[in-house]
Amino acid sequence: MSWISSVLGSSIGKKLLMALSGLFICFFLVIHLTGNLQLLAGDGGQSFNEYAKLMTSNPLIKFVSIGTYLVFLLHIIDGLMLVFANKKARPVKYAVGAKKGSSISSRNMGILGSIILVFLVIHLYNFWFAYKFGSVPTVDYGHGPVKNLYAVVALAFANPLYVILYVLSMVAIGFHLLHGFASAFQTLGLNHAKYNGIIRFAGIAYSILIPLGFAIIPIYFYLVLA
Amino acid sequence: MKVKVKVWRQKNASDKGGFKEYEVLTDPDSSFLEMIDVLNQDLLNKKEDPVAFDHDCREGICGACSMYINGQPHGPSKGTTTCQLHMRSFKDGDSITIEPWRAAAFPVIKDLVVDRTAFDRIIQAGGYISVNTGVTVDANAVPIEKEKADEAFKAAACIGCGACVAACKNASAMLFVSAKVSHLALLPQGAPEADIRAAKMLGQMDKEGFGSCTNTQACEAMCPKEISITHIARLNRQFFKSGFTASDQS
Amino acid sequence: MQLDSKIPEGDLADKWTKYKSKVKLVSPANKRRIEVIVIGSGLAGASAAASMAEMGYKVKCFCFQDSPRRAHSIAAQGGINAAKNYQNDGDSVFRLFYDTIKGGDFRSREANVHRLAEVSASIIDQCVAQGVPFAREYGGLLANRSFGGVQVSRTFYASGQTGQQLLLGAYSALSRQIAKGQVEMFNRHEMLDVVMIDGKARGIISRELITGKIDRHFGHAVVLASGGYGNVFFLSTNAMGSNVTAAWKAHKRGALMANPCFTQIHPTCIPVAGEHQSKLTLMSESLRNDGRVWVPKKKEDCNKDPRQIKEEDRDYYLERIYPAFGNLVPRDVASRAAKYMVDEGRGVGKTGVAVYLDFSDAIKRLGKHVIEERYSNLFEMYQRITDENPYEQPMRIYPAVHYTMGGLWVDYELSTNIPGLYAIGEANFSDHGANRLGASALMQGLADGYFVLPYTIGNYLSNDIRVDAIPTSHPAFDKAEQAVKERINKLMSIQGDLSVDHFHKKLGKIMWDKCGMSRHGDGLRQAQKEIAELREEFWSNVFVPGSDSEFNPELEKAGRVADFLELGELMVLDALTREESCGGHFREEYRTPEGEADRRDDLFTFVSAWKHTAVGQEAELVKEELEFNNVELKVRSYK
Repeated sequence: MSWISSVLGSSIGKKLLMALSGLFICFFLVIHLTGNLQLLAGDGGQSFNEYAKLMTSNPLIKFVSIGTYLVFLLHIIDGLMLVFANKKARPVKYAVGAKKGSSISSRNMGILGSIILVFLVIHLYNFWFAYKFGSVPTVDYGHGPVKNLYAVVALAFANPLYVILYVLSMVAIGFHLLHGFASAFQTLGLNHAKYNGIIRFAGIAYSILIPLGFAIIPIYFYLVLA
Repeated sequence: MKVKVKVWRQKNASDKGGFKEYEVLTDPDSSFLEMIDVLNQDLLNKKEDPVAFDHDCREGICGACSMYINGQPHGPSKGTTTCQLHMRSFKDGDSITIEPWRAAAFPVIKDLVVDRTAFDRIIQAGGYISVNTGVTVDANAVPIEKEKADEAFKAAACIGCGACVAACKNASAMLFVSAKVSHLALLPQGAPEADIRAAKMLGQMDKEGFGSCTNTQACEAMCPKEISITHIARLNRQFFKSGFTASDQS
Repeated sequence: MQLDSKIPEGDLADKWTKYKSKVKLVSPANKRRIEVIVIGSGLAGASAAASMAEMGYKVKCFCFQDSPRRAHSIAAQGGINAAKNYQNDGDSVFRLFYDTIKGGDFRSREANVHRLAEVSASIIDQCVAQGVPFAREYGGLLANRSFGGVQVSRTFYASGQTGQQLLLGAYSALSRQIAKGQVEMFNRHEMLDVVMIDGKARGIISRELITGKIDRHFGHAVVLASGGYGNVFFLSTNAMGSNVTAAWKAHKRGALMANPCFTQIHPTCIPVAGEHQSKLTLMSESLRNDGRVWVPKKKEDCNKDPRQIKEEDRDYYLERIYPAFGNLVPRDVASRAAKYMVDEGRGVGKTGVAVYLDFSDAIKRLGKHVIEERYSNLFEMYQRITDENPYEQPMRIYPAVHYTMGGLWVDYELSTNIPGLYAIGEANFSDHGANRLGASALMQGLADGYFVLPYTIGNYLSNDIRVDAIPTSHPAFDKAEQAVKERINKLMSIQGDLSVDHFHKKLGKIMWDKCGMSRHGDGLRQAQKEIAELREEFWSNVFVPGSDSEFNPELEKAGRVADFLELGELMVLDALTREESCGGHFREEYRTPEGEADRRDDLFTFVSAWKHTAVGQEAELVKEELEFNNVELKVRSYK
């Protein structure tokens, strides 16, 4: 096992883990958004609630979601380790900070990540924790009672503070992705003049569309339903 | 023209150091280092200690000069070393802050002079092709694709100044390491050692206390020789190949 | 004193082969016990240190820079010559030999130059094996370009950064040996004396530049690869730190200095812009392939915008005086012609000390894109420095000191007259005579370091296998260290009023005006007086700040300028006694009726090797007669 720890423990190895976990999370976000968009289906939450039940009861999906938690943890811990190691590499700061040569998001991935982490805790508390351990009303669509997560969502997004928090967090995620998406490919060594343009375009499109898709939901609930 | 310079003064490695401000009368055709020469002459006239700074060839190739000028290594001109930067890039009355390269792996020796021997040690870890003097293979025995040779040359153009480290928010030396790894990996002569070279040089880089690459691309933007981060991607590939496929991790 | 050049017997073409097959060897077991000191880490020093370490010697290598990779070889632009005949244009070892001898105006040693031509091909093989990315053709084979003064394409190059690539190759070989522990590298160290024991060089005294600590190092032999001394002129294309100190200390310990006045002045440099100028930048000689050199015919036009000066009011003086070669005359001729134009008052630019190099005709004839393709990097560099666009207005150029052919006298084995003390690369005098051809400096540095010295030094060291390392507590080390410390103390104690640069600039001006592109007996005699006075003033009124036990660049400079002041006197003396004009040495009194150089082969076909007597006293001339058995001494003509 020593070779694994020496490869993954090196500076490039740590970055490899960031890139792979990051790309996995990108994939997860697509699935998550697809599921969540059912909130906008206009069916009073039936499809969403049934989907939520499927996601929490299917043993295969349960297994995958444990993997997802672990990947998130890896991304967070590895990221924090990198941030601290990189801070140590420059113990004395410049008096005049750099303003050119790199994008704002690339310079602030740690801060953006930390904001997202805070959001994630609140987000999990709001919905995941509530769904699993809280008292959620149930509805019955004809095949037994189903927890009405839709109602929880609707309640939460009736609160303008939550709406603002969620929308701002999506902006942070957008910026995080703006650097992270293309950066992951560079870390994996996938840098080629012929494909860089595509990766860059896909990265920008992804980091706009996905957070936008998520952000629509609280706004919709707040403005349209409330 | 007259400029105000704020220079980092530090007597030696253990001194705390701090900024000092000076006014310098210079002219637009002077190089940046000639402006410092004038400042030093002024200081000498006042029997004060002149500002220590590394410099040698003053034509942009030896890689000795190393000033962090107004938030940019080698100052505001793109693809230019400090010695080739001219005062016409500034305006009369400008304030200019000059700092040494800042990195744990580049400790300050005096004023603007830092110790960059970490780069030497990284090269010593594997930045070479193991061939003794007196090989008998004719130089034209192995043709090399022009495109590859040109690409290798572009990587080999690195002058080892350390601007990439200075510019990187993580003080990472990845551009430097990758330029050498890439240069040698692109050539058939360097191929036999390509994997092990990447692993050893990276290992040394980590050991020296440089940060890791977070792909901000500041190094590429600030490199006086405009070395591309495609070399970093190549280093990554080479490193993965070595780490995950080479049978021996010595 | 008699000089033995130790040239092997036999035919010119067989000398080196025969020498190699007969030279004494040192067994691997003994090599491990033998220590060699190398001063300098440029092409010659790094290649020699690496090669000897590979052979098994214990090597200590010193450089004053913060890394061996920064030695000034790195700044060489154009290329490196080798008799490969890859272009099938009739090149051969003999042709390279002949071109070099002729280019050197018949003032170099046949046997050395032939050996240089012989090993040139191996250098290219070696460098390619190391991964030097030379320019290539689309077929994947190596490309060549032509260079001044020859009729074949034998120059290998890596864009305009050939020196950099070759040095990084040698540096990588050196680094490999450092990692193996075969070479101990001393960065930021300066050699301040050679230690002599029983008439042999047995070590050095060095100063750690960061702490100021004085150290002693033993070596069975000492190799000086410390480069040239062009910085005696203050303004030159040399690096700021390039200095004569190591060679000069050896000279003062008895090593002879040969042909010190042979200086190469490169015609195409960016002219001096102002009084604060610290250094001059070379523009590759290749520019003269397409650029036309001119000055205005009338003095009153000199301040005009050159584009407003009509064709008939321009004097394309090189084409006028040398119709056969035109703008492509050799370096020394082109430089001198520019000087004459400026002396006549027809120089251009703000300072009036420059001539035009005009590409407008070439752009008209070939199109801007062709010129861009050929010279864009040079044009960019020019624009960066001068803020003028050479596509739109003519460049201003002027000659500048570039290389010193003179140096420590060495025999065929590259040994100075002190046993155990070797000199290689630009530090020695051996191969370029009175003028060096373009792209030959890199060739010589690497030839000496990779392929000559590692063999010849064995011939000496084989007699030394029974000599154990001499402890540095030996009285000779005490004495040498004492002398070094006294000199430093003296420099520190003067506490005068004038900076080191003040003296350096003054010395440079004397040298440039009176011992530069052309020299006259009267001027030289005056220079002798002026330098002596300047030296005295230096030792009574120089100001060195700080202390000697810290990083003190002013102290380093002071020591170097002190040595330049002594060297300057010797150069002037050498120029004065060489009453002829040859190569880079042009005495105004010795010219043909047409005004060209008058080489006086009957009187001056010898090497002037100078023996140090005492500071302020004339050195003693020792002659090594030059014999030419394989070439005919011809007069160079470019008309």
